[in-house]
Amino acid sequence: MATITDPMILRQIIMDHYEHPRNRHLSDEQGYLSVRKDSESCIDDITMQVKFNGDNIEDIRFDGEACTISSASTSILTELVKGKSIEEATNIITNYKNMIYELPYDEELLEEAIAFQNVHKQANRIKCATIGFDALEDIIKEYKGGQ
Amino acid sequence: MYDINEVRKNYPMLNGVKMDGQDLVYLDSAATALKPQCVIDKVVEYYAEYSTNAHRGDYALSHRTDSEYENVRKIAQRLINAKSELEIVYTYGTTHGINMLAHGIKHQLKKGDVILLCEAEHASNVLPWFRLKEEIGIEIEYIPLNDEYKLTLDNFKKAMHDKVKIVSLAHIGNVLGFIIDMKEITKIAHEYGALVAVDGAQSVPHIPVDVQELDIDFLNFSAHKLGGPSGIGVFYGKYDLLNNLEAYNLGGGMNTRIECNTCYYIKNAPFKFEAGTPAIEATIGMGRAMEYIMELGLNNIHQHLCEIRKYAIDCLQNEVEGITIYNPDSESGPIAFNVIGYEGARAQDIGSALATRGIAVRTGEHCAKLLVDVLETKGTVRASLYLYNSKADMDRLVEAIKEIVKGDALDWLL
Repeated sequence: MATITDPMILRQIIMDHYEHPRNRHLSDEQGYLSVRKDSESCIDDITMQVKFNGDNIEDIRFDGEACTISSASTSILTELVKGKSIEEATNIITNYKNMIYELPYDEELLEEAIAFQNVHKQANRIKCATIGFDALEDIIKEYKGGQ
Repeated sequence: MYDINEVRKNYPMLNGVKMDGQDLVYLDSAATALKPQCVIDKVVEYYAEYSTNAHRGDYALSHRTDSEYENVRKIAQRLINAKSELEIVYTYGTTHGINMLAHGIKHQLKKGDVILLCEAEHASNVLPWFRLKEEIGIEIEYIPLNDEYKLTLDNFKKAMHDKVKIVSLAHIGNVLGFIIDMKEITKIAHEYGALVAVDGAQSVPHIPVDVQELDIDFLNFSAHKLGGPSGIGVFYGKYDLLNNLEAYNLGGGMNTRIECNTCYYIKNAPFKFEAGTPAIEATIGMGRAMEYIMELGLNNIHQHLCEIRKYAIDCLQNEVEGITIYNPDSESGPIAFNVIGYEGARAQDIGSALATRGIAVRTGEHCAKLLVDVLETKGTVRASLYLYNSKADMDRLVEAIKEIVKGDALDWLL
């Protein structure tokens, strides 16, 4: 996938995921691990649920109050990792955070998530752009700890 | 009236500091105010010339610390026209002071007593009282705001009754900035035998507050919102009321005698509330900040704010399509607004877009989470003004919002 640099397209990606977030409803079914993350600096207060199947992420959902950036980035994250292995998901998280913190990263892995490559320009929004990724990291840690 | 251009010269942050490559327009003074050079100098002078402990040493330098430190009580007394400097307790700030009050008055309250708040209160004037509900079963009631989000005397009168023991209100709210009629409120509350505690965090820096004229029982405010250091504030109380409160912090400096059999004797107010080595430099800096706003004149500060605020409101309402201003006729610092397409959760995108244009504002709930339900929005943009803001700042704000509304609030990200 070639790097997207057209601001119009990047904006469309963010707004599409903000206005029509994917996997944004929680499940009542059993078998999900969940974590709630909130932010002091923003209205963000999201709950994420993940259902694992062995080493794979079978399902991932989220809901809650979320600003444009946290909502869109979490929505994109759910699409990126759903059906992938924990190792692949961890690699995506690592590369995404490297991008956020201006370190070398593999953009091929991040697909639409590269829309947030410039979030460091307003450092107080980094929390918004990483809250979903932090939530998933917490859940993976909890899952591995319980295995 | 003061010369705004001369005043601005006193603030290092307004002379050369850039944000995102542009001269800073600072519109977040309801969060914290910028510091004038005289305050900075006063703090540095302590560090450089007489950096010793207060109330401790047997040498001249320490005596200077004592004099400077204690003198701030007299300055604070003058600022709010307290009867005595002994009615001035140093705190870490407004939040700390309200917690001191709630804890200190607990033994005078019983189950079923009512604390009356309003829907616009800051978390710091809500949670200390919530804890008393958990601890001793007092009840919390709220005065509803009217359709213009104001606290009216009518609504206050309707909310008052015999079980109300404390009325605890912000003199000026931190989101909408409406000034409430404190004199009438204390008069009515006192007729019911209730005490009135005032959160003065936003009022003391902005308008003359005379605790005797307003007949306020307790008042808290922070130095950092009036141009002083952070981590220091004042808790005022009418002396007998103050002295009847229980102290939470015990330790050195607040006791007169300690015996091995666990008996101890504590000092009277204000010293009973000031255990441990205090924030000496912050206290001394606070004194200078108070002097500075008195030198400018609180009436002048208020008049200046009203003028530039009105100018900004007129421009925003006439020139920005789709703007909702929640407090157009407020006579204080904050302007709370949303623009169409960026309401609630998206207010923060306006904040980020303004930041990239060198303009510092705050977005969100502003720690007044109950107010969010009243305004029916998850968040607002708050541009809050103070004595050093100019019409040129307002022009920058208006032009930036116009540009953002025409274009895209995510432009900085793309």
